[in-house]
Amino acid sequence: MTVLGGVPRWVAALAALGALFVVLPLAAMITRVNWAEFLPLITSESSVAALLLSLRTSLAATALCVVFGVPMALVLARARFRGQKILRALVLLPLVLPPVVGGIALLYTFGRRGLIGQSLEVLGVTIAFSTTAVVLAQTFVALPFLVLSLEGALRTVGTRYEAVGATLGAGPTTVLRRITLPLVFPALLSGAVLSFARALGEFGATLTFAGSLQGTTRTLPLEIYLQRETSPDTAVALSLVLVVVAVIVVGFAHQAGSSGLRGGAIR
Amino acid sequence: MKTTTASAALFLALGLALAGCASNAETAEPAEPSATTDALEGTITVFAAASLKGTFTELADDFEAANPGTTVELNFAGSSDLVTQITEGAPADVFASADEKNMAKVTDAALAEGEPVDFATNVLEIAVPPGNPAGIESFADLAGSDAKVVVCAPAVPCGAATAAVETATGVDITPVSEESSVTDVLGKVVSGEADAGLVYVTDVIAAGDAVEGIEFDESDEAVNTYPVVALKDSAAPDVAQAFVDYIASEAGQKVLADAGFGTP
Amino acid sequence: MTLSFEARVADRGFDLSFDVAPGETVAVLGPNGAGKSTLLNLVAGLVRPDAGRATLDGEVLFDTAAGAFAAPHIRGISMLAQDALLFPHLSVLENVAFGPRSAGVRASVARSAARDWLAEVDALDLAERRPAQLSGGQAQRIAVARALASEPRLLLLDEPMAALDVSVAPAIRRTLRRVLEDRAAIVVTHDILDAFTLADRVLVLDAGGIVDEGATREVLERPRIRFTAGLAGLNLLTGVRTAEGLLTDGVELRGAAVEAVAIGAPAAASVRPSAVQVSLLPPPDPAGNRLRGIVRDLEPRGDLVRVRAEGLSADVTPARAAELDLASGTPVWFAFPAAALSVYGG
Repeated sequence: MTVLGGVPRWVAALAALGALFVVLPLAAMITRVNWAEFLPLITSESSVAALLLSLRTSLAATALCVVFGVPMALVLARARFRGQKILRALVLLPLVLPPVVGGIALLYTFGRRGLIGQSLEVLGVTIAFSTTAVVLAQTFVALPFLVLSLEGALRTVGTRYEAVGATLGAGPTTVLRRITLPLVFPALLSGAVLSFARALGEFGATLTFAGSLQGTTRTLPLEIYLQRETSPDTAVALSLVLVVVAVIVVGFAHQAGSSGLRGGAIR
Repeated sequence: MKTTTASAALFLALGLALAGCASNAETAEPAEPSATTDALEGTITVFAAASLKGTFTELADDFEAANPGTTVELNFAGSSDLVTQITEGAPADVFASADEKNMAKVTDAALAEGEPVDFATNVLEIAVPPGNPAGIESFADLAGSDAKVVVCAPAVPCGAATAAVETATGVDITPVSEESSVTDVLGKVVSGEADAGLVYVTDVIAAGDAVEGIEFDESDEAVNTYPVVALKDSAAPDVAQAFVDYIASEAGQKVLADAGFGTP
Repeated sequence: MTLSFEARVADRGFDLSFDVAPGETVAVLGPNGAGKSTLLNLVAGLVRPDAGRATLDGEVLFDTAAGAFAAPHIRGISMLAQDALLFPHLSVLENVAFGPRSAGVRASVARSAARDWLAEVDALDLAERRPAQLSGGQAQRIAVARALASEPRLLLLDEPMAALDVSVAPAIRRTLRRVLEDRAAIVVTHDILDAFTLADRVLVLDAGGIVDEGATREVLERPRIRFTAGLAGLNLLTGVRTAEGLLTDGVELRGAAVEAVAIGAPAAASVRPSAVQVSLLPPPDPAGNRLRGIVRDLEPRGDLVRVRAEGLSADVTPARAAELDLASGTPVWFAFPAAALSVYGG
């Protein structure tokens, strides 16, 4: 078999074109990097603060996505109830919602005058302008990635193994812990990594909902947005950092996804 | 033959359509210099700072009314974003910046036609949500610990002005957020998230009942000057220059003054 | 009584009741769609009945009247299916140890119990392998060990040999025979060899209900309904007992009674297809049995051809079938000696 593996030439050509479309802008950006100043630019106080904040909040957001996304995926994939289709559409809404709109919605919920924010204010809890707000914004946009990825895998795996586990005496939680989750672990991992990547790049919702303060709420994308006003070199340099982190993260996800199929976890 | 006539007609129609759909810079006129001053014709694209949205929209309408045959297309964004677009070759005929720093980038790149003209000034004003929940009365009140104050980041013009006032007055504000645009600052005040924000006088006026404004004398310490210039390689240079002149004219200045801008 | 069961599932047309005695193995036979899998699923707790009650060793499995339903994992009932369904992400040993560990047994104790069970099914050498590295027969053996390791009170087997090679099935069958010796079990199967080998009793299902039941030999050697006869590979004739044999369809047949049936009482009789001769002309022997029939179809079966007519089949050699020029619609005579006909109560 040739390199193409049976794929028609015109299909491969279109694929190459598509890949080029994604790679060229990256290459164009890389050519604009001021290499002489690169290291000082990305190690400046504001850059480091932004990067560390981004990593911290994205990890927290990913953890939240897992904690809430796994049960959501399970319910959507396994349970059967009226309005399930609508619920699924709603859960996936953040995927199509412009992030800025998501930020506004979060503001209307958790802001000082928000639906829940009002009560929280009374209790002395303020979410606006805090790192918590950043994590909430990131979780909001990243959750569907995990839910989608996992729900698909849960459907594929089916319920037969779980039924066997039950007849062997395993209660529902044991089945979840020892059978269901291990079987869909590759999908869970790649979903979590996707969520992480999405959280890392989140901008619109954060900007609208959390504000922008170095060390507290100014994540890397926000820092880039600010830097482009005064120092395009910094903006480009930081963008490159973001791209590199994304590439590493996605590469890791792919690796984990394929090696996670040890012993044929999904057959 | 019928088909030849048909295809010729189709070709002609296509050609005319293409010419009509040509970019803003292209005009229906051939490239002969308009020797006479009567009947200005052409389309220009004006890149203007976001804070000029209301006023420039009105000025453009007035200009088009006074000069039938001209069309003014407007593109509003943050000044630095506009500079980036212009330097990367976006087709613009006129550039109006919110500060001199950004205008300098354009003149330094030798993209300006002639010298920039200062056409307006703007000073800062404190904006608070209706009812003034934090009881702000002066600039010094902003440094109070419980008030949630939002300002522009120093990297943007309104933030630079804020920093200048802070230095001049010796009052150091600890903001809860440093936004990248004055629109975002205003937004946080309007929604009630912030107790106070530092925005331009023009923003307070434009926001109407959504915010209350508190003027302060120290605002004179940081006056933002707005320059405008026609750009090189314009396809309708006379229209561009005419528009720049119009902004500086008495009629134009009145529109700006009504919106709260100061005189240059 | 180990298992007492009665249930109704409306949308599957399922409605039956039966019992399983302690240590007894019951085989469930029936055509596809008869409700065999539904039965197992109801017992295991994977399906809820519309109405009914079942108890195992006195403990309630479900009771719709009382609104009681025990979840599958507390019933103490293990199930073995056609597919071994070994957990792909666990080793063989971990698979077998799964049941005990779920019951809270310490890992080391569970593993040693797992080894014992693997030894029981002759699969100890496979302990460290992954399911993906096993053959069908090996996987099924280990599935048996896994099902038994959880010490179930009742074992359910859903056509356990169906997915296995003909060469491999006998070994599994022997293993099952050994482990089911004193164990309560329900085996669903299409294969009457399974029933004969493993089961003490047989239930025959059709369209959601029980149509025949009894001791294995009794049901399969003396079928009283067409379907069971078909399963057992026997011809079935029904009618009334006569002094000489059986009166069926106005024809008197001579046969030997294998159990006491009063003359005039309803009776049934069976004859093996291999004992039946086919001819175009009326058979000459007046002492033998003969019946008319019209050929419906011919079924090649190895070195014989089964000639099927309405109600009767005969196995003939291909040469004979060709000689008679048999085809669908050919009127023929079936003949068999009196000794070949077994008559019993109907």
